[in-house]
Amino acid sequence: MISEDDVRYVAKLARLRLEADEVGRMTGELAGILGHIDKMSELELAGVEATAHVLDVVNVLRPDKPRASLSRDDALRNAPAVSNDSFRVPRMG
Amino acid sequence: MADLDPLRLTARDAKRLLVDGQISSAELAKVYLDQIAAVEDQVRAFILVTYDNVAKYSTKVDREMQALRGPLAGLPIAIKDNLVTEKVTTTCASRILRNYMPIYTATAVRKVWDDHVVMLGKTNMDEFAMGSSTENSAFHRTRNPWDLATVPGGSSGGSAAAVAAGEALWALGSDTGGSIRQPAALCGVVGMKPTYGAVSRYGLVAFASSLDQIGPLTRSVYDCALLLQHIVGHDPMDSTSVELPEPIALPDARRLDGLRVGIPAEYLAAGIEPGVRARFEETIARVEELGGSCKEISLPHTEYALPAYYIIAPAEASANLARFDGVRYGYRAENADGLLDMYERTRGEGFGAEVKRRIMIGTYALSAGYYDAYYGRAQRVRTLVRRDFERAFAQVDLIASPTSPSVAFAAGSRTADPLAMYMCDICTIPANLAGLPAISIPCGLSDGLPVGFQLIGPAFGENRILQAAHALEGALGFDPAPSFRDSRVAEPGAAA
Repeated sequence: MISEDDVRYVAKLARLRLEADEVGRMTGELAGILGHIDKMSELELAGVEATAHVLDVVNVLRPDKPRASLSRDDALRNAPAVSNDSFRVPRMG
Repeated sequence: MADLDPLRLTARDAKRLLVDGQISSAELAKVYLDQIAAVEDQVRAFILVTYDNVAKYSTKVDREMQALRGPLAGLPIAIKDNLVTEKVTTTCASRILRNYMPIYTATAVRKVWDDHVVMLGKTNMDEFAMGSSTENSAFHRTRNPWDLATVPGGSSGGSAAAVAAGEALWALGSDTGGSIRQPAALCGVVGMKPTYGAVSRYGLVAFASSLDQIGPLTRSVYDCALLLQHIVGHDPMDSTSVELPEPIALPDARRLDGLRVGIPAEYLAAGIEPGVRARFEETIARVEELGGSCKEISLPHTEYALPAYYIIAPAEASANLARFDGVRYGYRAENADGLLDMYERTRGEGFGAEVKRRIMIGTYALSAGYYDAYYGRAQRVRTLVRRDFERAFAQVDLIASPTSPSVAFAAGSRTADPLAMYMCDICTIPANLAGLPAISIPCGLSDGLPVGFQLIGPAFGENRILQAAHALEGALGFDPAPSFRDSRVAEPGAAA
């Protein structure tokens, strides 16, 4: 059963700030959803291969040729903060 | 100018009027802008109506009609707001992308623009396409034109409602677990999810990359084929896209002679409303009247499809949505204490409750110690669901089921219970897991609300589905014009 500590830990992994009231609610909701998902454990799955992708296409390659790419201005156009032609972010740590 | 009814006009007929010179592209676009002016306050299908774009391009089409006599020139379309459009905001109905101005255009949209289709606007949806009622939009909820007190379905609820309300001639949506077919069913329009890989996903803001497909929402099966014809094909920008083995044909079938239709017992086992079941059974009788044969089949792993989907889709979503971190685009939280705090606050404030839930499920399922129990298991269940379909298609040509277990439900009635909302997609999710094409067509009303009939085909069986759906549509004679009633408001003269 998923606990509030599990929810806080997973939220940390997901870089998702949850308010105190969200943690309790999320714990209850995830417990209900995971309970339904646990139905899968009824199945014997040894020897069944995994499907990651439904199409029979593998290793799709293109010629290794240089081509035009995004301009710097376009790449920065939607950035919340820019300085010296770069994405500006708050101080680390 | 001909007197046009936007609630019933098909793209096929509009195209004929344009080509015959009975109407100009600008006049046709005005039919939809007038309808938007008349009903959008009630329906709220759009996040953005692109009035300037309509004026500019419909005039251009008229001026250059001779040169632009493309098959779709001048036919107005609504676009779901998770398809990026250069210089037109694309929000995914999320606070985190509220002001996002794309610098490129999705391939499917580019293709219809190249055919001189005029974009009317961007339609409302559940945030990042996660939901079945369009109530998860960060901006506003969309109302079902058949009863304004009910939801239009989702996540392409804005596209479905816009077509149903006559605010658009047709629309594009996306379908990850039923997000085209279920709103099409609830709004009484046609909606199709193509085979995985048939339509390029380049420029579709990714939700679950191994399941997502773009497809049409239209007022007729012919229109569905016409639009699909113009968006399919390999695209170098999406290495999972493929060329179809045969081109999409415009359907003309009136009969279903020799067609073998399978009805999966598991889809009808439980939870289908009596009114939906009744319309479904009547439609099956029509299949037989038209010369088809129906038999019960089994897709034994159906009950495991929903659990597998609710691991695979959130797992892929948690990875895809990692890019929304307040650095390169979108919302950024203010007053953060360092980089990590900025990430966490940005995502905490920028995403809505359902998106957070799915990110949490996905991150949990992929985290150390749980990967095999959840994600690994779900991928194996996915194989079993695919095999069920492979066995079924050895015996039948198409599989039929209700699209949604219920008709449109009251707004707010399922928002407190995520699992109840997830159950909306129980009949549509298996086709996404197996990558198969499927259509929903309206097959009648239950208590005044539309019922959807789903046909699932084998991979790249689009033409078989479209022909059968076209023949059935002709026999059913569904009237697509909704009432715009509001069941919360007493009918005039009704007893108190």
